[in-house]
Amino acid sequence: MNWWKRLSRRTQMEAQLEKELSFHLEQHTSQLIGRGIPPDEARRQARLALGGPEQVKEKCRDARGTRWLEDLLQDTRYALRTFRRKPGFTVVALLILSLGIGATTVMFAVINSVLLRPLSYPEPDRLVTLRGFTEAFGELWGCSNLDFGDVKRESQTLALAAWTYGGGTISEPGEPEYLNGRQISAELFSTLGISPLQGRAFRLDEDRPGAAAVAIISYGLWQRDFGGQPSTIGRSLVYDGKTYTVVGIAPVGFQLDGEADVFTPLEQRQDTDPRMQNRAARFLRVMARLRPRFAWAEARAELALIARHLAEEYPKSNAGLSMIPYPLQKELVGDVGSTLWLLLGAVGLVLLIACVNIASLLLARAVSRERELAIRVALGAGRGRLARQCLTESAILGLGGGLLGMVLAFVSIHPFVAFWPGSLPRAEEVHLDWRVLVFAVGASLLSSFFFGLAPALRVPMRGVEQTLRAGAGSIAGSSRHLHSAFVISEIALAVVLLVSAGMLGRTLLALTSLDPGFNVRKAMAARFALSPGTLANPEKVREAWQDVLDRARRVPGVESVALADIIPMRKGENSVPYWITATPPPLNQEPVALASCVTPDYLKVMGIPLRHGRFFNEHDRIGSEPVVVVDENLAQHAFGSKDAVGKRIWIPAMGATPALVVGIVGHVRQWGLAADDQSRVRDQMYYPFAQVPAPLLHFFSSIMSFAVRTTIPPLNVVEPLRRELRGAAGDQALYEVHTMEQLVSASLARQRFLLLLFGVFAGLALLLACIGIYGVLAYLTGQRAPEIGVRMTLGAKPLDVMQLVLGESLVMIFVGVGVGIVAALAAGRILNRLVEGMRPADVSTFAITIPVLVIAALFASFVPARRASRVDPVSALRQQ
Amino acid sequence: MTPPKSDLPQGTLDLLILKVIALGPVHGYAIAQRLEQVSRGVVQVPEGSLYPALHRLENRGLLAADWKETETGREAKFYRLTRKGLKQLKTETADWQRLIDAIGLILGMADGGAR
Repeated sequence: MNWWKRLSRRTQMEAQLEKELSFHLEQHTSQLIGRGIPPDEARRQARLALGGPEQVKEKCRDARGTRWLEDLLQDTRYALRTFRRKPGFTVVALLILSLGIGATTVMFAVINSVLLRPLSYPEPDRLVTLRGFTEAFGELWGCSNLDFGDVKRESQTLALAAWTYGGGTISEPGEPEYLNGRQISAELFSTLGISPLQGRAFRLDEDRPGAAAVAIISYGLWQRDFGGQPSTIGRSLVYDGKTYTVVGIAPVGFQLDGEADVFTPLEQRQDTDPRMQNRAARFLRVMARLRPRFAWAEARAELALIARHLAEEYPKSNAGLSMIPYPLQKELVGDVGSTLWLLLGAVGLVLLIACVNIASLLLARAVSRERELAIRVALGAGRGRLARQCLTESAILGLGGGLLGMVLAFVSIHPFVAFWPGSLPRAEEVHLDWRVLVFAVGASLLSSFFFGLAPALRVPMRGVEQTLRAGAGSIAGSSRHLHSAFVISEIALAVVLLVSAGMLGRTLLALTSLDPGFNVRKAMAARFALSPGTLANPEKVREAWQDVLDRARRVPGVESVALADIIPMRKGENSVPYWITATPPPLNQEPVALASCVTPDYLKVMGIPLRHGRFFNEHDRIGSEPVVVVDENLAQHAFGSKDAVGKRIWIPAMGATPALVVGIVGHVRQWGLAADDQSRVRDQMYYPFAQVPAPLLHFFSSIMSFAVRTTIPPLNVVEPLRRELRGAAGDQALYEVHTMEQLVSASLARQRFLLLLFGVFAGLALLLACIGIYGVLAYLTGQRAPEIGVRMTLGAKPLDVMQLVLGESLVMIFVGVGVGIVAALAAGRILNRLVEGMRPADVSTFAITIPVLVIAALFASFVPARRASRVDPVSALRQQ
Repeated sequence: MTPPKSDLPQGTLDLLILKVIALGPVHGYAIAQRLEQVSRGVVQVPEGSLYPALHRLENRGLLAADWKETETGREAKFYRLTRKGLKQLKTETADWQRLIDAIGLILGMADGGAR
């Protein structure tokens, strides 16, 4: 008979076992009667000889080998019955658990998709980006076009490809519209190991200056403007005033640092962008794939060698520059990992509190079931058997909670991702897969083991008799200790979350009160694309921009307008080395400043204070003396106490002639309220757009933004501006509009997001801890009712009883707070390391959060204490 | 007075049960009686562990069982040896015999040494 048969014929087998044993007893009895023993005595002797029938049956069942399964089914049925009988407990436990497991699962699912799952390219672990490193600038994400060409030619170990940002107005087919673009080298698709959805990638002979204009378009653009027709390949597209032939359609969801719609060959940029021939202009992103049969160590060694050769050959631009392969996955994910792990840690704590809570509830039940268990031991149940039953019960609870939690996770994961500040990298890949499922089931089982263990270990074995004899009110000391330990750990965990939330809150408060260095009110910035027709002619570009400024100024509500290539707290940077003597300092020791190119009204628009000298005016133009304005940081660093105005400054990126410092302005927190203090480059300088040489105008036009100060709410002028600036051909577009308030607040989005979630988690932890304290105290005082009755008969007043109970809970609360503070200090150090601008935990944080917790916990213990003080001594004593 | 009974050495109950059943199909009560008789009351066979042992052997496929009528007309569960059980009996008997011989040899040698 196999085990399944044995199991399915269980009833029959039970009947047979019964029959077999009673046959034995009858035979024995009748034989004894035959020997002349009276029937009653004979039956007694036969029974004694066989032993307790239930014990024998149990052992026979054990011998069957399917015990575990039978027991499991039996325990399951039993557990379900108990849960049904206590719906309140069951619902609360399931709710707490599903919240804990659901939240943990969501966090894990995001971590799994974003951090753990490899990229969707073939052999993703062989893909890297190349980063540069110099002492002065630190790590550089970019590479110059000339360096890229040299490394690509010389490297044996790596297959390289490069791309850079672009974008332009698409005027045919469809309405004129500004689109993000990317310029990519011909090898990009093959390096990544993917192929276009339709058509082909660029050929090497197309990735050349002056070659036929070809483009690959995104799946989205194909659907939008070409109706998704297969005949799109070979059709033409007018992009930035130039006609391109569509040769391919990119795979669905293809991204290069964000979505883009038009991909064009990189080398064709030579025609308009002089940086392509400048070895110091590191604006290309380089990706590389390790060729088969090579190891990373070889690639690193080879890159070091190539970098050294380049440094020897071109010391001006490349001295001290090393190149490092950096895993592509890490590059794409960025610093979001620390946020995710922090959040997983926080929800993990909440789950832990939930488990402790349920453990104490279950334990209370187990203690009150001690008599029941003792009776079952007396009837032949083994200790292991009863422990297993307790664990089965908690496992069912755990899996039930886990199932609900997974449903919760399934429902909430996409809203959560959408709620992420900024854009979560790889967000489109986030979904629940088998790994998440395994995690959720594992978390449920682990939790149920955790909260089922204490009750299971309490299964009585020795002293069964005493337990049976003792009144219902007696309670073993070890359970009291365990209960207190539960309360203490709950409070300690809640303290950790509360203090963390407090630290985040204080940090955010401190950061928002920082002066950004400019007037954030009634100002906005937007990118702007000039008509492609204008751009073709450099002579007209300056006039066109002037026309745009003049027209914009006439829009009602607009107070002043300026152009700038870098808008504070928005992505974008242009760090350049400078020096203040005719002889340059040793290589790699030059100071570095952030240089922005602006028009004269910029200072007025942004409300940046002028400290000394003057800002630019209409006399600063091409042909007149080159001038710059520096911020107070640069003035202090470079010139010390001496007045910087009137001094000269050498900026190799802007030509050999030194520029005259004409003014000093206030420092602006360019990199964000929090991040600016940590930034490597903190000096700033401004130079006039009017002095940008003509050959560079086309390129500058593609990066200039539009900044406006208004007299009315800034977003109200967007539509009038758009209408006014469409241009004669109707193809000039205003896009990526932000108010300065939005940009400032976005620079703290991560801190705010963390604070919000930590606040929610801390609140949840506080609530759970209070429920836990309430439950435990209510249970403990209930158990002690007879004792309290005795005390009251002996003269204790209700107030004394309340003091007794509250005193006990206070001890637990304070021990919990003490443990929690130590743990919170440790947690604070982690937060400090992972969140920029974080303030260390200080007395005031504790002084605000701890009383909240103590008051809440005392409030939770007040109810049971009051109930205890109202115990009726007579009925309490009768309970005994 | 009955002579003091010694406990059954560990692991020998199975062997004894197999031996008794090898003589022909028999029910549980008869096995208990047979063991009691054959051992002349020297070894104690706890009846409480007889049935779990029978079920265990049945589960391992060494025994098979049929429900048959006894001479008194009652239905009882009769155990018989399977082929596997017979083989097990033979190896265990041989093992046991070897053990006894070895122990006898050791005890005899000690005797000789003392003389």
